[in-house]
Amino acid sequence: MIISIASGKGGTGKTTVAVNLALSLKNIQLLDCDVEEPNAHLFIKPRIRKEEKAYISVPEVDETKCNYCGKCREVCAYHAIAVLSESNGKKGSVLIFSHLCHGCGACSLLCPQGAIKEVNKDIGVIEIGEKGDMQFVHGRLNIGEAMSPPLIRQVKEYINPTRTVIIDAPPGTSCPVITVVKGSDFCVLVTEPTPFGLNDLILAVEVLRKIQIPFGVVVNRSDIGDGKVESYCKQENIPVLMKIPFSREIAVSYSEGTPIIKKDVSYQDKFINLYLNICAIKE
Amino acid sequence: MKQIAVISGKGGTGKTVVTGSFAALAKNKIMVDCDVDAADLHLLLHPAVKERHEFRSGQTALIDKKLCNKCGKCISACRFGAIKANCTIEHFSCEGCALCSYICPYGAIRMEENVAGEWFVSDTKYGPFVHAKLGIAEENSGKLVAKIRQIAKEIAERQAFDYVIIDGPPGIGCPVIASLSGVDCALIVTEPTLSGLHDAQRVIEVAKHFNIPVKLLVNKYDLNTGVTEKIEAFCRERVVPVVGKIPFDKTVVEALVEGKTIIEYAACPAVDEVKNIWEGLQ
Repeated sequence: MIISIASGKGGTGKTTVAVNLALSLKNIQLLDCDVEEPNAHLFIKPRIRKEEKAYISVPEVDETKCNYCGKCREVCAYHAIAVLSESNGKKGSVLIFSHLCHGCGACSLLCPQGAIKEVNKDIGVIEIGEKGDMQFVHGRLNIGEAMSPPLIRQVKEYINPTRTVIIDAPPGTSCPVITVVKGSDFCVLVTEPTPFGLNDLILAVEVLRKIQIPFGVVVNRSDIGDGKVESYCKQENIPVLMKIPFSREIAVSYSEGTPIIKKDVSYQDKFINLYLNICAIKE
Repeated sequence: MKQIAVISGKGGTGKTVVTGSFAALAKNKIMVDCDVDAADLHLLLHPAVKERHEFRSGQTALIDKKLCNKCGKCISACRFGAIKANCTIEHFSCEGCALCSYICPYGAIRMEENVAGEWFVSDTKYGPFVHAKLGIAEENSGKLVAKIRQIAKEIAERQAFDYVIIDGPPGIGCPVIASLSGVDCALIVTEPTLSGLHDAQRVIEVAKHFNIPVKLLVNKYDLNTGVTEKIEAFCRERVVPVVGKIPFDKTVVEALVEGKTIIEYAACPAVDEVKNIWEGLQ
């Protein structure tokens, strides 16, 4: 089973839930797909045994074959190619704006001259390791790189179907989140009982309903704020899978990179219970 | 006119609470919420929407079932896994590259323009506010950010405002880069946790990569003064001014629940520090 942990609003406790759930269960693979700001490793402290570069395919033009017809510019939906045609005996040229390229391959496939090949552009790294019995994989996007979905897709290629896979997602509701949760059997939405938490939970719920992934909610810091998140869940028939009350002790142990279950072992049963709640819904 | 973007790397560190406070403190400015896929600033500013516009961006493939021969050529060509085995398009996976429409031997695929969201120009008691809502499971958040920033800048120039104050998204990717481009100052809001430190380090490097002047504040600094010191040490090393340290203060959540900025809600230690920070930024 693949369980992704997402949230809409940032800082609600996705990583806390992903890490503690992973540590409470057996035969786990933990994937940190928040490749812009991966944090799970700070809590797991895995032994990394392999590092791989992640790439996106970007075009490279062989100017000995190119006749500057402009087909590549015309087919590029992302405006990542400019073509200056030959004029007055002046040589033409093709400019590639690789930061705009999505790596779709249209230009190379459709070039009438066969003048475009695709080359790898480095966008980040994938680190693979383990902690005890747990398998661990995360991606880290290069600084200044705009597009995380290609890297997320490459991290997800490491999914081990023989294990229970837990995926930590980035905050938000747009393309990176969708790329992460797509293909999950279940999604846990972590929220907090504040107007911001509720607003962003509703957005995340709309996304999951649209892409048809079953989900439930974990309410973190459940005793701050107000009761509107819970009444929303009740009204929408969304299962509340777990509640984690605010505790300064938990907040401080989080700040030091210590998982809750290492500080308070009673939480292990609570996270196992979260897993059992998910299994019960799936059945 | 100065543009200030409030960003954080890590989510949930207090960007919107800080930006909302600036809305209450700053005079002669326009506010912009660039966290377009999980916008929250409107919950503090309570905008009265004056203008509502469709955000058209990108396109999605559409397969005409009558013409499709189910040859599967499009399925293998699509790099985004957006075409399912029965030759239908998974809308939310399609990145609109149009490759399938070019290579389909039966001319069965056409591209349709997306309405990827909406953007608004509103009035608030703190002045004009430009904000947006990305469509459910839509993409192009970076372009929507660029759009609302351009609108805000035009209004600011027309009305001779002193500031454009931007509430940014978390992360370091596309919408963050779009929120940062050309601003006069990136203000990073972080928290004294190892995650907060790690993520602030990365977003500081992003700002420096694009030559954006960067400043930092530590929210809830007294939750772990040891990590706060580490953040300050990192900032010294990277020559990033630390403009303030806001104490952990339960009043902040109370104000939030009331839908108010902390400035208007109640006097408290966090308010004093935020006032100092805003004065220092001017």
